[in-house]
Amino acid sequence: MESALVSGIQGLFAGVVSITIWQIVMLIIASVLLYLGIKKGYEPLLLVPIGFGAILVNIPLADMMGKDGFLRFFYDAGVLTEVFPLLIFIGIGSMTDFQPLLQNPKIILLGAAGQFGIFLTLLLALALGFDKLDAVAVAIIGACDGPTAIYVSSKFAPHMLGAVSVAAYSYMALVPLIQPPIMRALTTEKERQIVMGAAKLEPISKTTKIVFPIAVTIFASILAPKGAPLIGTIMLGNLLRESGVVERLKSASENEIANIVTLLLGLCIGATMEADKFLKAQTLLILGLGFIAISLDTVVGLLFGKLMCAMTGGKVNPLIGAAGISAFPMAARVVQAEGQKYNKKSYLLMHAMSANAGGQIGSVIAAAVMLSVLQGMGIVGG
Amino acid sequence: MDTWTFGWTLALIGMGGTMLVLWLISVMILLIRKIFPYQAEPSAAKKG
Repeated sequence: MESALVSGIQGLFAGVVSITIWQIVMLIIASVLLYLGIKKGYEPLLLVPIGFGAILVNIPLADMMGKDGFLRFFYDAGVLTEVFPLLIFIGIGSMTDFQPLLQNPKIILLGAAGQFGIFLTLLLALALGFDKLDAVAVAIIGACDGPTAIYVSSKFAPHMLGAVSVAAYSYMALVPLIQPPIMRALTTEKERQIVMGAAKLEPISKTTKIVFPIAVTIFASILAPKGAPLIGTIMLGNLLRESGVVERLKSASENEIANIVTLLLGLCIGATMEADKFLKAQTLLILGLGFIAISLDTVVGLLFGKLMCAMTGGKVNPLIGAAGISAFPMAARVVQAEGQKYNKKSYLLMHAMSANAGGQIGSVIAAAVMLSVLQGMGIVGG
Repeated sequence: MDTWTFGWTLALIGMGGTMLVLWLISVMILLIRKIFPYQAEPSAAKKG
């Protein structure tokens, strides 16, 4: 009887005596993520489930990511299969209005320049000793696009998924803090004051809006077939939106599906943040490189904006180059706010929205190109 | 393939490829707009 009592009490307190200092550290980190999401409003849709997932997975003996753990089930079903980020892409596509881009297609090149940080960070990561595929996963933070980062890192470096995702979403939320100092450092006051005329924003026919996602899917997927799932899902969502005949599917994509998948995806990302996997020097490196990646995107976007400014005889305000990243529409709003600081008559929002929509497509195309080149080089299988 | 050959190849083709594909998409947009130009709605045209 006595030994049974002792065993029972031991069982009751097994969790308390099993907890490690590193699990306590992770519980604190998870609480910080919850604080940032709830109190500061930084990407709450993702940071809240990520933070909570990180709490669950660091509860001693709960074994949430064990063979039969409930988080393991969702992780295997949705993250390992890459289905979750793709479903999110359908939602993003159905929420995105590409009209500003269709009205001003040349600006899409800023969306390409805004992805160069990915590739420059790849070189940095390799220099710091990351494996080839790990370096790819770190560099993709520069896409400034959560689902793309999750898709690529779960494909090539699932052990880094937690750090990469947290970095991607945190820095996306910090774009209004990261970008302005770089914008001021790389442009002159005269350049920041440039007023861009109301561009010849021709109205776009409904047929053009419908044909666009279909044509991009076929064309870009043929050029970069490994990226077809990324391109195809975002464009499918956009077709649902623009076709105007599947309101229920569009609504489900941008509401029910996106919400359920966001919740499960966030929990799964949090579930990868087990103390022994997350608390490494490598995680700090990933966070640092992610910051550099997004900064480099901004730098190259601004430099490309300056080039466009020079080529057009000063008609383009280089600030809009900073909007060539995928954080939509946050980056465009930052550009508008920064332009207004230096010239109250300057309304850059529409132009910046074009660049920002270009950045959304650009991030997907950059990832697609990357995947296809990796396959071509024989680094990953067909 | 050594690390640096891999890195520079992926970086250069990646940047060039992204720029090229997006430029081609911009050309494609112009083409689609030409083929399917905007026409004002008949009711809007009447009011105008």
